[in-house]
Amino acid sequence: MKWAWLAVVALLLVLPAFLSSYVLSVFILIFFYAFLGQTWNLVGGYAGQLSLGHAAFLGIGAYTAAILARDAGITPWAGLFVGAALAATLGAVIGYLGFRFGLRGFYFALLTVAFAEIARIVVANLETTGGALGFYITFTGDPREFQFPDNRPHYYIALALMLLATGIMAWIERCRFGVYLAAIREDEGAGEALGVNSFKYKMLAIVVSAFLTGMGGTFYAFYYLSLQPNTVFGIPLSVDIVIRPIVGGAGTLLGPILGSFLLTPLAELSRAYFATGRWTGVHLIAYGALLIGVVLFLPHGLYPYLRRLVAWRPKD
Amino acid sequence: MAAFLEVEGLSKHFGGLQAVKDLSFTVTEGEIVALIGPNGAGKTTAFALISGFLHPDAGQIRFRGRSIVGRAPHQVCALGIARTFQIVRPFPGLTVLQNVLVGALLRHPDVPTATARAEAVLDEVGLTAKRAQPASGLTLAERKRLELARALATEPTFLLLDEVMAGLNATETERFVELIRTINRGGITVLLIEHVMRAVMTVSRRVVVLNGGQLIAAGPPAQVANDPAVIEAYLGEEYVGAAED
Repeated sequence: MKWAWLAVVALLLVLPAFLSSYVLSVFILIFFYAFLGQTWNLVGGYAGQLSLGHAAFLGIGAYTAAILARDAGITPWAGLFVGAALAATLGAVIGYLGFRFGLRGFYFALLTVAFAEIARIVVANLETTGGALGFYITFTGDPREFQFPDNRPHYYIALALMLLATGIMAWIERCRFGVYLAAIREDEGAGEALGVNSFKYKMLAIVVSAFLTGMGGTFYAFYYLSLQPNTVFGIPLSVDIVIRPIVGGAGTLLGPILGSFLLTPLAELSRAYFATGRWTGVHLIAYGALLIGVVLFLPHGLYPYLRRLVAWRPKD
Repeated sequence: MAAFLEVEGLSKHFGGLQAVKDLSFTVTEGEIVALIGPNGAGKTTAFALISGFLHPDAGQIRFRGRSIVGRAPHQVCALGIARTFQIVRPFPGLTVLQNVLVGALLRHPDVPTATARAEAVLDEVGLTAKRAQPASGLTLAERKRLELARALATEPTFLLLDEVMAGLNATETERFVELIRTINRGGITVLLIEHVMRAVMTVSRRVVVLNGGQLIAAGPPAQVANDPAVIEAYLGEEYVGAAED
């Protein structure tokens, strides 16, 4: 099994040599959204705390790195960690408010949406962030400024992010932290009775998740080179982050990756074919239909279903 | 020397309902004590107060001389008090082994060590054969055992069992009584809520009787069973005196 995974990774490593720049850009998004899904999965999947505001963490990471690079001359390679730390701080605030006062389910989801909206409105009204017009990064192509002449480095960075997040989740799954998150998701009260400090572990989950998502913000900023509050902090991006792990299988290691390999090309293709005229937005309908299908027929997502399909394989 | 568990003047009300009123009793180390009383007597509320799930309006709870009032459930558990739930609450999506692992991780943060501990506890309660099954697929008797196994995995010195034998048949009950005795011989003090009287009479050394949130009797099982106040609480006033035959 280990060899199969190594083979897949090796294949992904040599792929850029054979693919066009466009196909490569689709792969970049697949990896990037798989990464975001993976980081969301820690809070939303493993811990079962439905965050619908993860765009806020991405946005803070993106704007922080971009502003630090422009105004302080700090390389995004370092700004990445500053942005991540700020995102983690926001995660701690949201987590404290939500978990200290026992907000669950939809109420916690609304809290996360509220914070993302606050962040969006604040950024849209600040001068340093370029306000509602957006923030534009001058293209230099200088690797020291997290910029590259073509998109092959982005491919490898996005791949590395995905593998990094997956590695972290695989490790968490195997430690006490991961087992405790599962207990919290299944029955918080019963977990408390067994000595699980649910507040502490939920806080840890949202802080780590926000930190990693914030790291992704730097990638986003210097890949697109333009940031708009409505896109970077908007609910559609939060939904984009959430939908992949849910379709693939929330709280499973491979769910976010599977979901991204399925949904990202679908979104990109429909965007490419229906980008103009009256077909705009068709990909959103496809999303909706797929989500309804998953909820109806595969309520635990695609991955657990596929696992059962190949159940003949000896279990670990 | 301080008592193992000291409950003193404990009170808790929900709106207009006085669930527990001025309740005082003690448990000595090594005992098996049963907490009995008619439905609504406040037994489960008393458990929730001791285990930190509820905070009392008034009163004091001391465990080995230390006040535990105001502590969160997970802190109470870390002090060595483990509880089970009357309506069993397994983690349905996790396997039987994973369920017990959650408890074992309290004293053994390292997962492989905790897994070994969990396996040992499963063996003790006789659930080893079911270890890889999801908890949602167990029978009621098995779920009750799982509930006990999870609590035991936290390596408590004091075990609170809330109706672990309710709904079990005679054979299952007998096996459970034996299991509780074994656990107690291993050095764990037990306080149990139970409606199955035969089990109460055979397993417990002392019985504490509640009615309407208040203590109405306490003592050895045989003495309590003949106490007029207890008979009145269970059967009504007209039966007092008729129980001798």
